[in-house]
Amino acid sequence: MELSNTPQIRDLFDHPVLLNELIDEIPTGIVLLDDSRRVLRMNRFLAALTGFPTEETLRYRMPCRQVLRSRLCVTGCPAKGMTAHSEPVTIESDLIDRNRQLIPVRITLSPLRDDRGELAGFLESVEDLRPMRHSHARQEGGYRLSGMIGKSPPMEKVFRLIPAIAQSDSSVLITGETGTGKDMAAEAIHMASPRSKGTFVKVNCGALPETLLESELFGHRKGAFTGAIENKPGRFRMAHNGTLFLTEIGDLPLPLQVKLLTFLDDHVVYPLGSPKGFEADVRVVAGTHRDLAGMVREGRFREDLLFRLNVVRIHLPPLRERDEDVRLLLDHFLNTFVERFGKPISGFSADVLALLSRYPYPGNVRELRNIVEYAVNVCNEAKIRPKDLPAYLSEPAGTESFFSGPSSPLETGQTDPSGDPSPEPGGPIPEEGKTWTEVEREMIMDALIRAKGKRGQAAEILGWGRSTLWRKMKQHGLDGT
Amino acid sequence: MKKVLIPVYGAEIAPRFDLATEVLLFFKSREKEGWDERILVVSHSSAEELCRLILKEDVEMVICGGIEDEYYQYLKWKGVAVIDSVAGPWDRIPQRLTAEDLTAGAVLYDPL
Repeated sequence: MELSNTPQIRDLFDHPVLLNELIDEIPTGIVLLDDSRRVLRMNRFLAALTGFPTEETLRYRMPCRQVLRSRLCVTGCPAKGMTAHSEPVTIESDLIDRNRQLIPVRITLSPLRDDRGELAGFLESVEDLRPMRHSHARQEGGYRLSGMIGKSPPMEKVFRLIPAIAQSDSSVLITGETGTGKDMAAEAIHMASPRSKGTFVKVNCGALPETLLESELFGHRKGAFTGAIENKPGRFRMAHNGTLFLTEIGDLPLPLQVKLLTFLDDHVVYPLGSPKGFEADVRVVAGTHRDLAGMVREGRFREDLLFRLNVVRIHLPPLRERDEDVRLLLDHFLNTFVERFGKPISGFSADVLALLSRYPYPGNVRELRNIVEYAVNVCNEAKIRPKDLPAYLSEPAGTESFFSGPSSPLETGQTDPSGDPSPEPGGPIPEEGKTWTEVEREMIMDALIRAKGKRGQAAEILGWGRSTLWRKMKQHGLDGT
Repeated sequence: MKKVLIPVYGAEIAPRFDLATEVLLFFKSREKEGWDERILVVSHSSAEELCRLILKEDVEMVICGGIEDEYYQYLKWKGVAVIDSVAGPWDRIPQRLTAEDLTAGAVLYDPL
């Protein structure tokens, strides 16, 4: 949407002021609705909170309920029956954003009157309650921080480090194997920081091809390239006054590494096709399971960018180095899933506990969680027994895998921070003499042959998402570039 | 027989998977061209209940609005395709399905 087309506020300042610019600076979600509760305007904060791009919402003048997706919208929208003279209403609720996260919010809705005193529409403000909940959780103490659980010495160190790091504004690099909780750590840093009232925006650098990623991160101007039918603010802009978490930073293509480095130096974002920059006050937190130092040696990652990101570094230990936490996590996830699935399961049998305590968990906490979820689903007795566990746990050399089904929730293709390739959790054991990388390459080739070159079908065969297959084909040089 | 389930809210796709009390099942057999539909009313809104229904009915694809990641991943793990964050009137879905032109985040309203 062109700036010249945006509504203006007149008769207040010496010259008209653009409404968008005014509401975009308010550090809480703001949406203006017409009298049919369709979205007329929303600010940048709400776009970041819900994940809905402002332009798309306006282009379709979408009903508020389809954008906000709060519990209130379905169980009883307070705007229904509101008159021009109704009092504002404030209610705590929750919403589901486009990243599929349930976010606690406080919604305040007020009627707006026109110059004749009649109902013109509504003003809705949406406050993200996560920072408040987070501080309550911190006060509760115990063995958890923002969803991360542990009492082992390495985790205690992480828990001590995060609040201290949060108070600074330096770039942070979070390293750790897949499933160790890098996303949670990044969010914990944001929540504990003075930026917690701002937005936390996450971008997976490995999930999009280079051209799309550039536009996603830095935004673009209408007409910058074919298909750029409207201005797009980009994630940096959406994270203004907040935190931008760049996960899988090791997958960021070299040209974008330069652009990121430039941003870290001058804090100005230049959308594609725009000569005008935007000064974004954004804290960058990056996460990776890769050995960035090794990638620097191989010329695949810029050394200067590594230095800029590595100002503060947190390493999340793998579960095999957190012996004390396995039991804690097993009990935690058991309680979670027992409650969720409504099953009368009281615990694990002794032999299951022995087996699960010995298992090395290459997929870390995420794998442990999935094992417990599987077991709770399958178990029909009071205690979880070995037969309720995924088969691959008792058949270490077997080929059947809990995670090899379609669209496994696990991330794939991870290497540990030392750079040594580690197999997929529960995946086939590499044949003697072959590295995991070689086996993985063969698996991809085989799937592509079986799918007659159709990537979507090959991804299904492998049980991966399309983006994972795309990323891995690129890693293995199978993408034809 | 292809089965597609859509949690609905009146004439629209329900904004939230976990709060839907009404679902629409679209069927398509190999022999027939168009889609048949059936509306099911669930006793109370619950994401767990909907997941159970989806598995019981052997649904292949779910088209919905907002869905929590837990349930999204669970359904995917069970082999159910999920196209989420779709907004708009559900009666436009059969046409989009036939044209294979429906992706996550699709807006089915007419632009202004």
